[in-house]
Amino acid sequence: MTQQAEKAEPGAVTAAPGAAGGAGARLPDMTYTEQETELRAAVRSVLEEKAQAAAVLARTETPQTYDTALWRTLAAEVGCAGLLIPESYGGAGASFREAAVVAEEIGRSVAPVPFIGSAVLATVALLEAGDAELLTKLAPGTTTAALAVPFESVPGARPAPSVRVGPAGDGDPAGTYRLSGTVSGVADALPADVLLVAADGVPVGLYAVAAGGTGVSKTPVVSLDMTRQLCDITLSNAAARRLVGGAAAQEVLARALRAGAGMLAAEQVGLAERALDITLAYAKQRYQFARPVGSFQALKHRFADWWVAVTQARAASRYAAACLASGDPDVDVAVALAKAVCSDTVVLAGQEMIQLHGGIGFTWEHPAHLYLKRAKSSALALGTADRHRASLADLVDLPPPPR
Amino acid sequence: MLDEEVSVNGQPAVADGLRKQVRAFIAEHDPATTGRLEFIRARFDAGLAWVHYPAGLGGQGLPRTLQKVVDAEFAAAGAPTNRPERNGIGLGMAAPTILAYGSDEQKKRWLLPLWTGEEIWCQLFSEPGAGSDLANLATRAVRDGDRWIVNGQKVWTSSAHIASRAILVTRSDPDLPKHKGLTYFGVDMTSPGVEIRPLRQATGEAEFNEVFLTDVAIPDSDRIGQVGQGWQVSTATLMNERVALGAFQLPREGGMIGFSAATWRNHPEQRTHGLHDRLLRLWVGAEVSRLAGERLRQQLAAGQPGPEGSGAKLVYARLNQEIADFQVELLGADGLRYSDWTMHRPDGADFYGRDAGYRFLRSKGNSIEGGTSEILRNIVAERVLGLPPEIRLDKDKPWKDLPR
Repeated sequence: MTQQAEKAEPGAVTAAPGAAGGAGARLPDMTYTEQETELRAAVRSVLEEKAQAAAVLARTETPQTYDTALWRTLAAEVGCAGLLIPESYGGAGASFREAAVVAEEIGRSVAPVPFIGSAVLATVALLEAGDAELLTKLAPGTTTAALAVPFESVPGARPAPSVRVGPAGDGDPAGTYRLSGTVSGVADALPADVLLVAADGVPVGLYAVAAGGTGVSKTPVVSLDMTRQLCDITLSNAAARRLVGGAAAQEVLARALRAGAGMLAAEQVGLAERALDITLAYAKQRYQFARPVGSFQALKHRFADWWVAVTQARAASRYAAACLASGDPDVDVAVALAKAVCSDTVVLAGQEMIQLHGGIGFTWEHPAHLYLKRAKSSALALGTADRHRASLADLVDLPPPPR
Repeated sequence: MLDEEVSVNGQPAVADGLRKQVRAFIAEHDPATTGRLEFIRARFDAGLAWVHYPAGLGGQGLPRTLQKVVDAEFAAAGAPTNRPERNGIGLGMAAPTILAYGSDEQKKRWLLPLWTGEEIWCQLFSEPGAGSDLANLATRAVRDGDRWIVNGQKVWTSSAHIASRAILVTRSDPDLPKHKGLTYFGVDMTSPGVEIRPLRQATGEAEFNEVFLTDVAIPDSDRIGQVGQGWQVSTATLMNERVALGAFQLPREGGMIGFSAATWRNHPEQRTHGLHDRLLRLWVGAEVSRLAGERLRQQLAAGQPGPEGSGAKLVYARLNQEIADFQVELLGADGLRYSDWTMHRPDGADFYGRDAGYRFLRSKGNSIEGGTSEILRNIVAERVLGLPPEIRLDKDKPWKDLPR
């Protein structure tokens, strides 16, 4: 290759092959609308009252790590449970733009509620499968569901299900299937009434299983993040109803995981921003050497870089939410981009929160560790930054070295 | 065009009225038969130059966002432009300062030729001893009746060799504290005693100049703002510096990353796993910064960059450097070669031009020019995040007594 060859490449004007939507044409609105800001205020006022740091911390050491009462309040007062569910099924009929705002607020308070698991992952799966029966029950928040996939599942990857379909039992009503197997490390399944389980065998598909039914056991996992405790699910000949079968089931799962990753990125933005707010307030009132520690340039520059990282992450997250909401052809790129950058930013935020608090930030009593743990867990969940960058390599034609 | 839709949002009637005005203007001044200068002077007189400027000074006192409507209409008609790219400092920094602090007489005298490009302006601010600490500048202005005699040295002046006038900040009273003894002028660059020397930079060429001022006489009628008000006027100028916020939205891979993506696709033999990881991180960074720039533009539909722009500039400088550094490494053997070290004097800045080696070197200036990254972090920390300002030892002492 010569300099001539390099110069001749019209890099600066070439759009990425295969990339559509926001790639070159107009970008969607990435700000917050007035309604979104109102929704944010409503969610925040509930969480500020009912998800205070001390209470969230205390709950992590109780048997009931999920706050089901808070979840019912968010569902009843703000409609959080049925946000993405159409009004005809009793939901709010809102879009991923609004759902992202709720996710941000939940991230801000690290509240132990199954928003991502029930209102996003399970709800999107049910919407894609077109299951009116369960959607109608999920909308008011009185029933919650979980998509029984390991929390580290990567959107786009299609691993073989770890659960198998067996023959229906004698006397089972028509349409009943029996599932056996285990799914480990599932988020938001502990408080769930219904589990959505992908199962292999005949017929392959996505099934609904009553969490309280015979042959269903949920074993709590001692999790890195106890504000979103995982559990292992074991099914032994558990009765199930099929929601969708065949290749369509894979597509349903893929879309649910993609939406989940996009909304989790929004949660990460909220967490990173709140961690910054809390730490900033502390740096202004904590004195050492007879000055606020926030007056030292070594800290100011770290805060500035942190703030810049949050503004960048927010743009990526809003772009993903807008693309999910409109079904933009660029949505795969948008979600991978958002989860990649927000995962890195949220972990930075968790680390900086502890370091810039100094000693108090390393205590159990201070909530900084809750933020760090939720940050790191969310970075591992639904595709790490590295996995999403690998997806981008395919999506925007930047292939790895030839073998 | 998204920009246009956002900007005319809420004022469709005004936008429509402007379009009609432009069409009427073009009907009266056929671009095919009217001379370029005549055409753009008439456009200024018609209040269609910069619609947010007052009537009589090229505008109509309308929101700045409506300018795009007018520009689009003129462009569609194939009308000649005022070649704004040749007079960035004049249009972007000098003009708003003159508008805010100039006398009525100065506005009448300077704004027309500035807008038409008949008078290019440059900026005489930085000095060898006053970079980040601009208020420490030492160029002396001594009053002599109805004129001032100025002596000193300015540096990093782009376009000085093509400029006919400059915004200049000087020290008029060394006995006052540093921020209080400054006075601001619009100086005639053809005055005796103004000497311009090219300043050669690391890339080999001279995009900037040094300007030596020796007993330069400036009439008091060219003073902008009050005597001693120079810092306030300079701050207004710098607030208008367009920090990395391009006027338009680039497409995906439209900046520095485009070169690397193209090389990567066309030269599989250059790929390694380590470079692949770096490329993907840089691609993500570039695309996210493009989105963040557009989001900022959406937020500031009114177009006045606040301190938030400093964040965009920080990211821009870092990414440009990292991507340019990546690119020379991706090129391998060709990264060891350079196009040309001969000294040239280009008319403007070119961050993306020439070859990878040039971009690698030129990008090093991105974290220094227009506010160093360190100063920008202070700005974000203090003005966006409200952290306490730096402890200052120089604010209240007479300037002449400060250590230097």
